[in-house]
Amino acid sequence: MTVSMSVTEPHVELKGVVRRFDGPPAVHAVGPIDLTLARGEFVSVVGPSGCGKSTLLDMLCGVARPTSGSVRFEGSDLNGEVPPGIGVVFQEDSSMPWLSVRQNVEFGLRTSGLPSAEIKERVEHAVSFMGLAQFIDHFPAQLSGGMRQRVCIARTLVLRPRLILLDEPFGALDQQTRLLMGDELLRLWRETGATILLITHALDEAAMLSDRVGVMSARPGRFIDFVETGWPRDRDSRVVSDPNFGALTARLWSSLREESLKTMGRAS
Amino acid sequence: MSTSAVNEPTYKQAAPARARPVDALILLALMLLLWQAVGVWTSGIAVAPPLPTLAYLVNLLQTSLFWDNAAATLEAFLIAFAISAVAGLALGLIFGTRPFASDVAEPILSGFYTIPKVTLYPVVLLVFGLGISAKIAFGVMHGLVPVVLFTLGAVRSLPPVLVRTARVLRLSRRQTMLWVLLPACLPDIVGGLRISFSLSLLGVLIGEMFSSQRGLGFLLVSGIAQHNVLLSTSVITMIVIVAIVANMAMLHLSRRLTHRSK
Amino acid sequence: MTRALALLIVRSVVLAGPILLLEFGCRAGYVDPNSIIPPSDMIASMVEHIGSGDLNESMVQTFSTIALAFGLSVAIGTLSGAVIHRIARLRDMVDPLLASYYSVPTFIFYPVLVALLGLGKAPLVVLGILSAMPAVIISTLSGLDSVPPVLLKLARIQRLGPALTLWWIILPSALPRLFSGFKLALSYSLIGVIAGEFILSGSGLGFAISFAYQSFDNRAMYGIMLFVLLTAVVANGVLYAWEGRLRRRRSKG
Repeated sequence: MTVSMSVTEPHVELKGVVRRFDGPPAVHAVGPIDLTLARGEFVSVVGPSGCGKSTLLDMLCGVARPTSGSVRFEGSDLNGEVPPGIGVVFQEDSSMPWLSVRQNVEFGLRTSGLPSAEIKERVEHAVSFMGLAQFIDHFPAQLSGGMRQRVCIARTLVLRPRLILLDEPFGALDQQTRLLMGDELLRLWRETGATILLITHALDEAAMLSDRVGVMSARPGRFIDFVETGWPRDRDSRVVSDPNFGALTARLWSSLREESLKTMGRAS
Repeated sequence: MSTSAVNEPTYKQAAPARARPVDALILLALMLLLWQAVGVWTSGIAVAPPLPTLAYLVNLLQTSLFWDNAAATLEAFLIAFAISAVAGLALGLIFGTRPFASDVAEPILSGFYTIPKVTLYPVVLLVFGLGISAKIAFGVMHGLVPVVLFTLGAVRSLPPVLVRTARVLRLSRRQTMLWVLLPACLPDIVGGLRISFSLSLLGVLIGEMFSSQRGLGFLLVSGIAQHNVLLSTSVITMIVIVAIVANMAMLHLSRRLTHRSK
Repeated sequence: MTRALALLIVRSVVLAGPILLLEFGCRAGYVDPNSIIPPSDMIASMVEHIGSGDLNESMVQTFSTIALAFGLSVAIGTLSGAVIHRIARLRDMVDPLLASYYSVPTFIFYPVLVALLGLGKAPLVVLGILSAMPAVIISTLSGLDSVPPVLLKLARIQRLGPALTLWWIILPSALPRLFSGFKLALSYSLIGVIAGEFILSGSGLGFAISFAYQSFDNRAMYGIMLFVLLTAVVANGVLYAWEGRLRRRRSKG
């Protein structure tokens, strides 16, 4: 599933993207933002709460339209339309309580028009890839929060997306589960060759998983720093014991500290 | 509202209502227009139009005919509501703090809540006689259960940390009830009282409509029987106004309490 | 499991105790037979009346009226709920109306409806709808409110059209609340129709009870009353259990 294309052409490209919300009160949420993702790159975005990370993600997948600026995916403008080839995993549990695990994962392919044998194969592959094989006939209510989030990831995987956007997907999970889910995410990234953009508030998560971490400012959110991690492609959660890991996290925090203080000052 | 057993459809808009006075006026105007249309259409057989009704109502409010009957309804209603409130609160607190008792009581009470109680009115009449006590009993039959269910539900859905705090502070059972449970549950209790208010009133009015020589329910039925459309429309208008005003006051109170406790 | 069993036993005792006590009180002469007859006689009378077939006409009359009022309430209520949910301005406008609707004893309009539509099925159906439809509207609104925004976003990302979004996302999400509304609508239309028949009508089960009361036929009155109450309890109980199953499968533990 690795795609052969010239490495120089950007997979995703944001130019001068600004998002304002008409009031009252009018809010300048995001931008201007310039961001380029190379094909197969793993990029994380960190930022103080309320800095417009989720707004950025909405514009990346075409759910929201930028007030000005352009979002290009695989060479064409999004214009507020959701193109095929993008998968999104949300922070909230978006499993459907009325469907079993199998049906939930199948949901991604309901409109695909693929033959049912193909659908069955893809679903079972995604389900076992996410380690849910023995729960395939369970309902979400019978699963833990981490497993429900895996169902949502599997539902995205069956679409074979070339770009996967994750909006704090592990935010509601405990620390150990998050580290293990991070490993699975890395495995998934390597095996699918997809481009991944992960939005997170956890600096260690960003430092551990990504090729590159973008640091956003307080509202209106824009990028104030990009940090290259320099990890090898076949990394896993054990990089946390690498001496560089501490330095990376420290650098992220020093970029972010001032911005976070601003947000807190605004809140109080 | 944790219990699905509480059978009142509680209406709550997700987004805070943008209360525009214009909207309220438009709604009121539409209702009056509808009333006018029905009044004109039935041309005095069933419903009198708003203006003549209002004029008649002003006169009616100066007669002892109205006030005697209103007093009879009010007396029965107030006693029924008071009994429902006090007994319902006590039962709700007692059941609510005992998980087993509330599991026993809840389905029975909510079952009773959904049956057509009107069929039991003859029994009430046979047991209590034709006087005011039958009306009161029937009012209580309608009004008691919602208070119990709402109180019980509120106590049960209380954050356990509050109860644990009370225990850490070594409060007695009585102190816990008065200082922690009651204040924490107050918004829901007021919600239960609001429903109890209208149901007690309904119980008393149905009693008066079925067999009584006094009260607004009786006045309404006799207005219809005598083809006095102005009288029946006026009585209905009066009841509707009182019910809505009381409801809005209690809704306001319960919203303020909810707001404060958050 | 033992707790469930204990609950069942205690609940049965709480229900059966007063009935047995009443039976004993009646048989022993503590209770005036002119006011209450022994429960066993009530059951016997109910069986007689059903068996003899003289209630058949009333049953058909009452149940068809309830079914009509319920069906219309559900159909009109769901549709208007959906329309009100779509139009924010309209919703702001009817908000106070819905919030205080059930504080007005709708039943007081029944005599007017009879004067307007004549004594028969029509005023009862209208009364049933007046009692039940607002509950359906309210639960439709709260059901549509309860659709998680994240699932609507998902629908857009999966590029589902409006019809598929409605059918695959909105309806299943709103179903539990919709169902509660239908459950309420059934019990409200049942209460409304029977109360109407009881107070002012010439046929139906409610009328049969008040007729028996007015002709001092206590035995018949208690028999029919028991039948009506049992029917209501069973109908509500079935929906209650059904709703419980629906909720249990979905409740995330």
